Amino acid sequence: MISFGLTEEQELIRDTLKEFASEAMRPIARDCDENGEIPQDFLDTIWELGLTSTQIPSEYGGGGEERSTVTNAIVLEELGYGDVALALAATAPNAFVNAILDHGTEDQKKALLPLFTTDEFHTASLAVLEHGPLADPAQPSTKAEPKGDDFVLSGRKSWVVLGDRASHFLVVARNNGGIDAFIVPADADGLTVGEPEKNVGLRGLTTVTLDLERVEVGPEARLGGSDGCDVRAILDNARGANSAILVGACRGILEFCVPYTKERIAFDEPISKKQSIAFRMAEMHMETEAMRWMTWKTASHAGQGHPQTTRQAHLTKQYVAEKSVWIADNGIQIFGGHGFIREYPVEMWFRNVRTLSVLEAMAGL
Amino acid sequence: MIDFTLTENDEARLAHLYAQGEYIRQFVRDADENEAELPPEVLPGAEDFLKTLERPPAPGPEDTQGPAMMTLSAIAQYWGDYSLRLHREGGGGLGNAALSAAGTDEQKAKWGGLLLSMAITEPGCGSDPSRVETTAVLDEDTDEWVINGEKIFVTTGIRAEGVVLWATIDKSAGRAGIKSFLVEKGTPGFEVPGKEKKLGIRCDDTAAYVFRDCRIPRENLLGLDESIPKQSSGGFRGVMKTFNMTRPMTAAMGLGPAKAALDFTREQLEEAGVDLAYGGGTAQQSAAAQAFMRLEAIYEASELATLRATWLAGTGQPNNMESSVCKAHAGSAVRAITQGCVDILGPMGISREHLLEKWMRDCRITDIYEGTGEIQRLIMARGLLDYTRQDLK
Repeated sequence: MISFGLTEEQELIRDTLKEFASEAMRPIARDCDENGEIPQDFLDTIWELGLTSTQIPSEYGGGGEERSTVTNAIVLEELGYGDVALALAATAPNAFVNAILDHGTEDQKKALLPLFTTDEFHTASLAVLEHGPLADPAQPSTKAEPKGDDFVLSGRKSWVVLGDRASHFLVVARNNGGIDAFIVPADADGLTVGEPEKNVGLRGLTTVTLDLERVEVGPEARLGGSDGCDVRAILDNARGANSAILVGACRGILEFCVPYTKERIAFDEPISKKQSIAFRMAEMHMETEAMRWMTWKTASHAGQGHPQTTRQAHLTKQYVAEKSVWIADNGIQIFGGHGFIREYPVEMWFRNVRTLSVLEAMAGL
Repeated sequence: MIDFTLTENDEARLAHLYAQGEYIRQFVRDADENEAELPPEVLPGAEDFLKTLERPPAPGPEDTQGPAMMTLSAIAQYWGDYSLRLHREGGGGLGNAALSAAGTDEQKAKWGGLLLSMAITEPGCGSDPSRVETTAVLDEDTDEWVINGEKIFVTTGIRAEGVVLWATIDKSAGRAGIKSFLVEKGTPGFEVPGKEKKLGIRCDDTAAYVFRDCRIPRENLLGLDESIPKQSSGGFRGVMKTFNMTRPMTAAMGLGPAKAALDFTREQLEEAGVDLAYGGGTAQQSAAAQAFMRLEAIYEASELATLRATWLAGTGQPNNMESSVCKAHAGSAVRAITQGCVDILGPMGISREHLLEKWMRDCRITDIYEGTGEIQRLIMARGLLDYTRQDLK
């Protein structure tokens, strides 16, 4: 049955996180961007909120709360509203944990999930993206060659979120014509974790390149065991999560524009009274709304294992990427010169949205 | 709880409508080319065809109902054709919505059974209805209103049995002087010169009306309130209320042909061997596949925005902003989608051998009537900025 109704619990979570975004994220976002790092304090605070551990079943030491992909989309929107880089850092562990929860064998769950239920921030990362002009997350060039029961991984992965502090990586690789994901410990022989990458946006968020030079892993490293897993589903889920963060960012941009345009006077009246500005903001609102409903539908489908999930996630990713960049770009235009200087957050938001909109597999629902 | 799945019964009820649409398509081209004639009330073979369809069960508590289902049903109906129906049911015209919003109980009882059109637009005023020039002058001696003026673009204007029209009782009062009047067809002085000739929705009977000293009883003023408010007009607002479901429904109607265009284009692309590989990156898709998926995404966004606006209405929540969001979105979307499909299919898209060019023409109206896209942006902007009509024009 078609419904857009939030449960009371979802409303409460949304309101709580909106407050958190305003109080704990917005004030530090600029410093993180300028300094190129996210303070440990922040990660500790977010860890205490239990975004990761509460959704891990109690038999693995977690809070055992039911995981709802839709609720998580609502959470991610609020975090994205706070700051995109911080949102990605805060939920980086979830992307990994969700993949294990959804596709891992019992042994994999037992081995890995308890790592995320302790008092200290712990993370592991998806390693999906690769450098190159025709990068396609569904067609990696990183390969896994069988060697007896083992696998030998070779290739290079980029934009691995918080790769500098991850205990494990989930490396997506070609395997005998198909695609699989392999759990690789950070200290595996042949694995080199590179220096932090330099990107136009999300500068506070550390991403790294991984070099895999004949990294040997056992059969137990293959996610899902001997059957492998549907890597497509991990990517779909991540597309929903990325989109949710972008929706929040765009909402924040418009919210920042509205009061400014009412105060900024040009030709004897506030610029908000000019249709060229007012209509543009109307469209920014319209697109943010549309993006949100697409994201919710993707999250809902992903949670239900709906057969249309991949298509839905694809269309959502495509739409949200295009419109979010348009919104962020117009945020700058509305602020004019003030949109260009770093005293205002608008240029940072543009860089962040511009960056996330081309990336994949950065977060999870 | 947030949910986007259709139940089996939802699917069955929609499939019933899509099947009717498939049947209707054989009559569409002729009706479009012979626009001077009104399409038949019942299409040939309709009865026999309907017997071949399994009747879907009535909706249960788990099924999608109310305005959200009306949206999906409208998309399905208009997917078949914008104007033709197997059976043209009486039901409500725009004037009927105005009557139920602004009429007294007695007025509703008296005229509710008639098909009523709504006449607002005039040769000299469209988006700004406060410039209405049609006048209604009270003749105290006979207790009659005397109507004079010209109305254009009256939807269902030929078939309608009566009209709700806007006329001013005091031009100097601006919008506050505008009142709604009900005039039945056949009233002396009420002329219907003929059907308008249009780019699309040609089987729809869009009419022009002329009123020359047309006399109607004093009690044909909807709501019976003859006073002219000093400040902003309550009466005017009463009429505007009728737009809250009609804007999303207009969006849904436009999405029907847009969906038809996408379905047709997808078929053609698949036949031509174009692979629509959802899930991959865009770099390795063909240009046609990329362009097509982008249009599909726009459609999805628009359909969801429309569902959201109607879901709000169905759950008794205000939806003024959301109605404009979906109407503005769909208005742009259906233009981009149908014209984009024509681009993808090239010469095939413009050929009258196929229906794609007609869908493009038909849904072009979406961004114009029931408030142009520009008016929807005005409404959204006023909402965002907390501005009144006076603040932002």
